[in-house]
Amino acid sequence: MIALTWTLLIPVAGMLLLALLSSPKVSGWLNLFVSILSFLSSCWLAKKVLKAGSFGGDQFYIDTFNVYLIVLTTFVGMTTAIFSRPYMQHEIEIARLTITRLKLYHASYQAFLFTMLLALSTNNLGVLWVALEGATLATVLLVSLYRTPESIEAAWKYFILCGVGIAQALFGTILLYLAAAKVIPDDGQALLWSVLHGRAAELEPAVMVIAYVFLLVGYGTKVGLVPLHNWLPDAHSEGPTPISAVLSGLLLNVALYAIVRVKMLTDAALMSGTDYNPQLAGHLMMGFGVISFTVAALFLHRQRDIKRLYSYSSIEHMGLMTFAFGIGGPLATFGALLHMMVHSLTKSAIFMTVGHASQIAGTQKMDHIRGLIETQPAVGWGLLIGTLAIAGFPPFGVFTSEFLLLTATMQSWPWLTIPLLLGLALAFAGLFRHLQPMVFGARPELQSAVYVNSLPMMIHLFLVLWLGLSIPSFLANWFDAATQLITGKALL
Amino acid sequence: MNSYTDLPLIEQAILTLSALVLLSSFALLAQSRVIATIKMFAWQGALLSVATVLVASDTGEHHLYFSAAMTLVLKVIFIPWLLIYQSRRLGILRDFDAVIRPGITLLIASALVIFCYSVVEPIQQYAASITRDAIALSLAVVMLSMLMLITRRKAITQVVAFMALENGLFFAAITTTQGMPMVVELGVAFDVLVATVIFGVFFFHIRDSIESLDVDQLNRLSENTK
Repeated sequence: MIALTWTLLIPVAGMLLLALLSSPKVSGWLNLFVSILSFLSSCWLAKKVLKAGSFGGDQFYIDTFNVYLIVLTTFVGMTTAIFSRPYMQHEIEIARLTITRLKLYHASYQAFLFTMLLALSTNNLGVLWVALEGATLATVLLVSLYRTPESIEAAWKYFILCGVGIAQALFGTILLYLAAAKVIPDDGQALLWSVLHGRAAELEPAVMVIAYVFLLVGYGTKVGLVPLHNWLPDAHSEGPTPISAVLSGLLLNVALYAIVRVKMLTDAALMSGTDYNPQLAGHLMMGFGVISFTVAALFLHRQRDIKRLYSYSSIEHMGLMTFAFGIGGPLATFGALLHMMVHSLTKSAIFMTVGHASQIAGTQKMDHIRGLIETQPAVGWGLLIGTLAIAGFPPFGVFTSEFLLLTATMQSWPWLTIPLLLGLALAFAGLFRHLQPMVFGARPELQSAVYVNSLPMMIHLFLVLWLGLSIPSFLANWFDAATQLITGKALL
Repeated sequence: MNSYTDLPLIEQAILTLSALVLLSSFALLAQSRVIATIKMFAWQGALLSVATVLVASDTGEHHLYFSAAMTLVLKVIFIPWLLIYQSRRLGILRDFDAVIRPGITLLIASALVIFCYSVVEPIQQYAASITRDAIALSLAVVMLSMLMLITRRKAITQVVAFMALENGLFFAAITTTQGMPMVVELGVAFDVLVATVIFGVFFFHIRDSIESLDVDQLNRLSENTK
């Protein structure tokens, strides 16, 4: 419990300190320092959980599933903080930002990490909602940080669409509470996930189905599922790059986590009744997943802005994960958990290189980004390798997880492998037709290298490569324990 | 199935207030003057907090008195005051935000109410007699606020719609489940408060960037033009 307290308190303390500190140089370092501390304390937490099993059960509940995402969140938070320090320094130097706004940026960055960690560690489904709405509030002013008309528009869209979307999830939570109150008389206990999961079979299926649909649509808006995705490319493309990296790598995962938690309750409730198909929750997720996957793969082709390109790629991968969790079953769930990790790592690494690429070219328009390898090999190769990894090339981890997902699909829904393979090929073509001229070719005049710290990007890509070659046994066991928790069956 | 007159007087009052809350949603939808929209929103909040007090005394859930007080302070006094203050500073208090095709909008709204009743129909048998209509009514308030959000063109009226949507959710929590656990209600209220402040900041950003508060002009980001 102490480890958990530290994990949650450190970002709060960091947020308050960074809100007060006005020196831009120090605050970059402090932001990094706080993020490292968060990561260390989350490792401590993970060590305890892996050794002694899940704990909590009152307002907080930690098991192998959410502690995995907590570690991933703090890790990406830390590496993005390494990247963000010189990046934001550069933005100050070219006067795109003022010092006050940098202060806002750093404080909101930690506030955002806090809401993510709260959403993951809370046991109360109501607090989960509050934390996810809090994540929107913490990032909305970051999306409009540059105060250009485009960024204001993106932030407004993000605010209104996510706010309205997630309101549906609150309505779903209220209906869930209605079903729970019948079974669990104590008011304070009736929204606690661990209590609900123990008695999910008694929940009224008719109420749970409607509650689940509202929750899926609500949190699905945050996952970026088509057709609720309109805010996502705008918010990712107009905000500062470190924010695109954490939005894509973390926020979407946490929203998907919320859906999976609710699905576990709905599955158990429907299993006990006879009026509904017990797979209904999974089928809905599969439907949303396939649609998101295919539509996003098609949209990749017509993008002009480099960050929009990769945000559509995020929608595509979130669709794939939603689909996999929808299939259920140990193999698909294991694959989806692995995919969550490799996608987060790869996508945040890509956004980091994309940030540098657009600093080099002075624009995010892909027509003007040319000859990156010649201008600055670290950025060019980073973008090329990152894109290879995200497109699912062996030997990277994305290949492994996609292979597992395809195998799982082949086992349970053979004919669905056709649209999946088609979508993967489409996405590959969509990414590379834009990528090829950007990285190869001659260096345009007036284009010069910028200061780049490629350490975080290299760590991420190295980890993805490692996960593709061999998953360390402790991690495989960890995923397996989480799989057992979600599906009731272990894979290994 | 109880009919309306069989219910105790206090439950009749709650149902009547629920109907009035829905009516206020229709009024919000049809209202085109900015100042009148904000005032109607305050009235909706007032109706809600009275309904909350009645539910509290009917069910004996004492924490609902606190929720009622919170609604009164936040949604009847603070948010309307802030919105009026800001629109005065922005000079848009007396502006009109024309409702697009009011007749059709209201017809769609009525259809939405019927739709909401049919959506929650399977749940109704599991709810206590008083909440049967309230679930559908509160869902209708949510849907009507969403309709208002898409038919409005000014940032300030969109914010009113957003807050009215939150009213619908609060109303659902009060009537169907006698409120949420306190920690959740406090959290939601905190989110609403922060959202209000951020919206306030946004009005000025929007005006500074496009010299208007018509969100129609926020149209640079689309798939075709970029």
